[in-house]
Amino acid sequence: MLGYTITQWLFGILSFMAIMFALMVVFTRNPIHSVLYLVLTFFCIAGHYLLMNAQFLAVVHIAVYAGAIMVLFLFVIMLMNLNEDTEPQKTMITKLIAGVIGGLFLLVLVGALKGTEQLAITKYGYSEAGLMKNLGRVLFKEYLFPFEIVSVLLLAALVGAIMLGKKEAKE
Amino acid sequence: MINGIPINMYMMLSVVLFIIGVVGVMARRNTIIVFMCIELMLNAVNLLLVAFSTLHGDTSGQVFVFFIMAVAASEVAVGLAILSMIYRNLKSIDSDLLSKLKN
Repeated sequence: MLGYTITQWLFGILSFMAIMFALMVVFTRNPIHSVLYLVLTFFCIAGHYLLMNAQFLAVVHIAVYAGAIMVLFLFVIMLMNLNEDTEPQKTMITKLIAGVIGGLFLLVLVGALKGTEQLAITKYGYSEAGLMKNLGRVLFKEYLFPFEIVSVLLLAALVGAIMLGKKEAKE
Repeated sequence: MINGIPINMYMMLSVVLFIIGVVGVMARRNTIIVFMCIELMLNAVNLLLVAFSTLHGDTSGQVFVFFIMAVAASEVAVGLAILSMIYRNLKSIDSDLLSKLKN
């Protein structure tokens, strides 16, 4: 189709959708809509992982982000009963400055990445690095100790969240 | 090239996603939205890590992304607990109200 392969079409569509949904996250006023758009962005990013043959990460991404983290966000927003009316707004000038700084940052990064077209031609990547078999082998051989540390970290976060969320005893 | 897509396209995509996150952090006052924009930035970086890992056929990059996801999950759990505590005390999560350290 028009000289592009299916993968390239998919890449283009997924990128466009990811960027649009990410913009909607920032510009929607209702926090709940923001969360839902962020979930859609995460689905687009998971699609990118699938395109890169990183199946395990795609599944983990959906399970952890869309399944756990965003549900947590939604719960907190619903507990606080936030909606469009309670939404605090920055002044126009702050938003303008944020936009200008973001634009300048974008300009700098795009300028810095300008010389990377060479890299695109020389390397050819089709790897099976993302398959569960290879990933598991590396994870449980070379990265076994960090893996165990992560479990301790998650336990610490669990205890910390419970301690913070607990109602303080009335003095 | 990753399956016919140049690596610099992935770079541009993650740069754009990262910048959207940065602008969101600067332009919004709702602390939860700021938090979500931080998640967006983390994901932009993850995407680039996976892209380079696939380009070089090196699994370590994806293991790093796995660890980043675990750290992000624990960060969100603790962060949202702190936010709900702030809400209990201030009845608001406006980031401009949290300026008691200023003076």
